[in-house]
Amino acid sequence: MPVLAIGLADGVLAFRGRLTIARLSETERQLHELLAPVPGPLLIDLSGVTRIDTVGSWMVHRLLRERPGSRLSGASADAERLLAEVAAADRPCDMRPVQQPFWARELGRLGLYVITFWQSILALLDFIGLTIISAVRAVASGRGVRWQAVGAQMEQVGVNALGIIGLMSFLIGIVLAQQGAVQLRAFGAEMFVINLVGRATFRELGILLTAIMVAGRSASAFAAQIGSMKLAEEVDAMRTIGLDPIEVLVLPRTIALILMMPLLAFYASLMAILGGGLFTWVDLGIPPATFVQRLREVVPMSDFWIGMSKAPVFGAIIAIIGCHQGFQVTGNAESVGQRTTQAVVEAIFMVIVLDAIFAVFFTALGLD
Amino acid sequence: MAEDPVIRVRGLVNRFGSQTVHDGLDLDVMPGEILGVVGGSGTGKSVLMRSIIGLQTPAEGEIEVLGQPVTGGETTQDKDLTRQWGVLFQGGALFSGLTVAENIEVPLREYFDLSNQLMDEIAAYKVAMVGLPPEAGPKYPAELSGGMKKRAALARALALDPKLLFLDEPTAGLDPIAADGFDTLIRTLAETMRLTVFLITHDLDTLHAICDRVAVIAEKRIIATGSVAELSRFDHPWVQDYFAGPRGRAAAIARHHAPLEIG
Repeated sequence: MPVLAIGLADGVLAFRGRLTIARLSETERQLHELLAPVPGPLLIDLSGVTRIDTVGSWMVHRLLRERPGSRLSGASADAERLLAEVAAADRPCDMRPVQQPFWARELGRLGLYVITFWQSILALLDFIGLTIISAVRAVASGRGVRWQAVGAQMEQVGVNALGIIGLMSFLIGIVLAQQGAVQLRAFGAEMFVINLVGRATFRELGILLTAIMVAGRSASAFAAQIGSMKLAEEVDAMRTIGLDPIEVLVLPRTIALILMMPLLAFYASLMAILGGGLFTWVDLGIPPATFVQRLREVVPMSDFWIGMSKAPVFGAIIAIIGCHQGFQVTGNAESVGQRTTQAVVEAIFMVIVLDAIFAVFFTALGLD
Repeated sequence: MAEDPVIRVRGLVNRFGSQTVHDGLDLDVMPGEILGVVGGSGTGKSVLMRSIIGLQTPAEGEIEVLGQPVTGGETTQDKDLTRQWGVLFQGGALFSGLTVAENIEVPLREYFDLSNQLMDEIAAYKVAMVGLPPEAGPKYPAELSGGMKKRAALARALALDPKLLFLDEPTAGLDPIAADGFDTLIRTLAETMRLTVFLITHDLDTLHAICDRVAVIAEKRIIATGSVAELSRFDHPWVQDYFAGPRGRAAAIARHHAPLEIG
């Protein structure tokens, strides 16, 4: 015997069995086929129904509503109660958000994107100003910088990053030397691999790669830390106690990164040189002593100073962007995730933009 | 009571590291009753619920729900079982990327192949049954107030007309008026839909208003079950503090006087 049997004879629609959600997909189709050729009111017989739930009741209610004049017979107390309940709950209800046409939606999104981009630049400038004011105020008021917090942050963003940055730079050094060797061998100019590795590393790659890694590692961490503090109302609590959140949270992180970035960049450059040197020794047979001597001849000190002078600027911008995004967190945990992503994207973007500006600047100074 | 219990827990042991949360916990929930579970913070009320619905694999013990054994993770894969229960999590746990209507339709889509129109109709009357306004359907969870989120989550929990409803602190975070409204709603729905309800709460008013029976967790076990009146005479320091403390007395008085004011 089927779980639910539906019979139609002489305008009497009889349900027998369990009128529940379990069999609903078939029930809906069966009813549709059965009732399509029979217009007009029905007598719905529920006397054979052993179990009914709200969905079953809804099907019955829908039939009664669609066919005015229909009547019900043999409904149990349960069925009566549920039918009354769904009838009371039958009212128009919006289901979908209003959709705009495709072109309007996309155009709107583009406009919004441009506006947010512009606003985020303004907000960032604003935040940089706030940070500088806080720094000046902290020093002027005699409170000074919280060096303990700076120390803790330096360990987080600097010392703890040594492993990954060292490994990355070492491998990039090898790749650079290897790719350079392949090309330069065609001219019999393998010795120039040392020029390539030395100059590229100290001037550009060491600092740029470090900055990108730090942006991924620390800008995200800053945004997430400050963002969750903001969600837990810790930032508001600080304000009510009279602490300046920028002074307490942003300054130590920014100072820590300004101090650590040159050290990390120098370390990264050394590791890349080590990788490149190792490759030229093993693959090209250039002994380390020759490598070092040649390095001293071809890499001017200005390359080193150019690289190092960029480092604190990159450190500051990465820290400030990370903290700024952290302060933008509102509402829920989802926003922390969004802001963290945004912090990394914006930090890497700004680092590359600044690097380009530096390149133009130093060229204009005649330092190439 | 000749009927078999809907939930049967025997000798449940839950450990986190070296910390034992439950040690030989027994519990029966009978069909059609609303059972409230109370206990101090950290006594493992939520862990008990998570064990029963298979989100937490217990260290030892047997759990049966609707006659089927529950054994941790695999249970949530057992669709015949999960279809028969609805769970209301403390924060609502609505899917944030979906509208209220879509949230309610998620279980319907998962289990049944229904026409979109019928699914919309079902979602619409569920929205009405839990007392949400018609405009709530196309809204995203982030646009709802705390109380509306709970109601929407309840509508999702009831989407499949379950036999068994789990509620984790349904009135936590609601203002007293919204909490009263939610209590009444649960009671009414439980009666019309013939639900068995397993309810975790801190709210004494909820206990008085809707629970048929209350189970007290303390000392890693269920130390007592019974009606609120029975428990307030139960001789245990925590139970006494809980029911006879100022809040407990206030809730009892409010309950006692409510019919007088109305009648």
